[in-house]
Amino acid sequence: MKRSLFGRVWPNATAVVVFIACVFPVYWMFATALKPTGDIIAENPVWFPTNITFEHFRTATDADHFWTYVRNSLTVTGLAVVFSLLIALAGSFALARMRFKGRRGFVIGFMLAQMAPWEVMVIAIYMIVRDASMLNSLVPLTAFYMMMILPFTILTLRGFVAAVPKELEESAMVDGCTRAQAFRRVILPLLAPGLMSTSMFGFITAWNEFPLVLVLSKESGGAQTLPLWLSSFQTQFGNDWGATMAASSLFAIPILILFVFLQRRAVSGLTAGAVKG
Amino acid sequence: MTVQTERPPSGPADVRKADDTGPGRPKPRAASRAGALAPYLLLLPACAATVLLLGWPLLKDLLLSFQNLNMAQLIQHVTEWNGFDNYKEVLTGEDFWRVTLRSILFTAVNVVLTMVLGALTGLLLARLGKRMRLTLLIGLVLAWAMPVVAATTVYQWLFAQRFGVVNWVLDKLGWHSMADYSWTSSQMSTFFVVTLLIVWMSVPFVAINLYAATTTIPGELYEAAALDGAGAWRSFTTVTLPFLRPFLYATTFLEIIWIFKAFVQVFTFNGGGPDRLTEILPVYAYVEGVGNQHYGMGAAIAVLTILIMLGLTAYYLRIVLKQEEDEL
Repeated sequence: MKRSLFGRVWPNATAVVVFIACVFPVYWMFATALKPTGDIIAENPVWFPTNITFEHFRTATDADHFWTYVRNSLTVTGLAVVFSLLIALAGSFALARMRFKGRRGFVIGFMLAQMAPWEVMVIAIYMIVRDASMLNSLVPLTAFYMMMILPFTILTLRGFVAAVPKELEESAMVDGCTRAQAFRRVILPLLAPGLMSTSMFGFITAWNEFPLVLVLSKESGGAQTLPLWLSSFQTQFGNDWGATMAASSLFAIPILILFVFLQRRAVSGLTAGAVKG
Repeated sequence: MTVQTERPPSGPADVRKADDTGPGRPKPRAASRAGALAPYLLLLPACAATVLLLGWPLLKDLLLSFQNLNMAQLIQHVTEWNGFDNYKEVLTGEDFWRVTLRSILFTAVNVVLTMVLGALTGLLLARLGKRMRLTLLIGLVLAWAMPVVAATTVYQWLFAQRFGVVNWVLDKLGWHSMADYSWTSSQMSTFFVVTLLIVWMSVPFVAINLYAATTTIPGELYEAAALDGAGAWRSFTTVTLPFLRPFLYATTFLEIIWIFKAFVQVFTFNGGGPDRLTEILPVYAYVEGVGNQHYGMGAAIAVLTILIMLGLTAYYLRIVLKQEEDEL
């Protein structure tokens, strides 16, 4: 079927408009971060930064406690991901490979848990953590972030485990492996891409989390993380938009990079996993 | 819960099969009993974590909602039960209903915009040539990947009163009163920016998901439709749309659930202001509870919000489970 000239042009024209709408805010963040202040507070916007400067990045990284928050964010996110992977591996293996009473109930339970309204539970969590005298500590943050990503991790890994052919495991056991050995030597290596992408999504969720740390860590310089730092950055630095955008960029870059990886490696895996729509 | 019907619920059947042919045929029964326990043991850590870190806070929320818990009680560590007083106060007051209505309207507008624009973008992706499609996909993924707090900060800058690029463009387009407009100064303008932000962040997920769904439509269906004399529009309504319907339902409900609790965007953009006029339910619960230190009241609002969300989630789960019926 031949399409008219108009029929061929408008999809591309629309695509360009949508592309610009998607990309412009991200572009503007980086562009502003790299422009000298004079170009930022210009009467007419400077659309393309020509005099690139890293001065704003220096302001952001020199801000009070910046490196503490980087360390906190990395610690909390990393530990949450590792713990949830360990717990989820066991659970997802049972859900994908074994038949038992109540299996369906467990799956539905984790699906429900995945939808947990964490944003509205902050008051209760605040009380629990306060009663345990653990406010301004990384421990409760790690625990709850682990829980936030656990249901998704289990459900996704379940898809990945189910995708490993059963015969591989069986033949390993015929060859004399125990079930645990078969799991470790046969399934685990094949799961690597699945583990990778699942942990990346977990990382993104935990890295971005805001409401809980807002309530639990009021002490600046204590157990605060980067999202909290970023949200208060603008108030602290007034209208220093260059530094604010540099801070935003620093916070966003790891996630943007992870997404590039995810696109390449894991999309096929994820479509086979829990995100199958 | 439902019992599965295909195999007896006694441990992994495949292992048994292997055992039967193997030399150690008369295996002791204890082994198979341990096998029957294995799945529960494997699920134990996950379930323990869920009960402790999700179930307990939910229960605690319910308990708190029946307590008179303000600053004084908090400092003195006393528990004062007050029955349904919090609920009475919340449900008979005007604020809660106003905020609920606002939340529903806010969610409806955002979800409709997200779904319409997302679906259109998804269909557009399916129609584009290879190179253009890849370009647009990259753009969508960039917007999708932006962390919420970073995105909100960027939108604050885009819509800044002084030197904000949006105001500059509006001024140049001839709308001179917008040159120094403060977008955070009124309810509608705040909601406008927050809506734009949420739609911008949510469209990629819908578009990419829907595009992925269109790639699974068998080409023969279109050929058959064309043979029957269907035009572009007719083959869209008779082939594409029915095929995409389950995906559309599922993504719509996911978006409803996500947008209904869009705490971060609303809170970090303008703190629910001006004058608490842009508070949606999760923000309202936070400001009442943590901000104004009426923890019991906040908990009651949270419980009511969770009930609303539970209804929405249950409906979503029904759709998903219907799709997965054969798999479970």
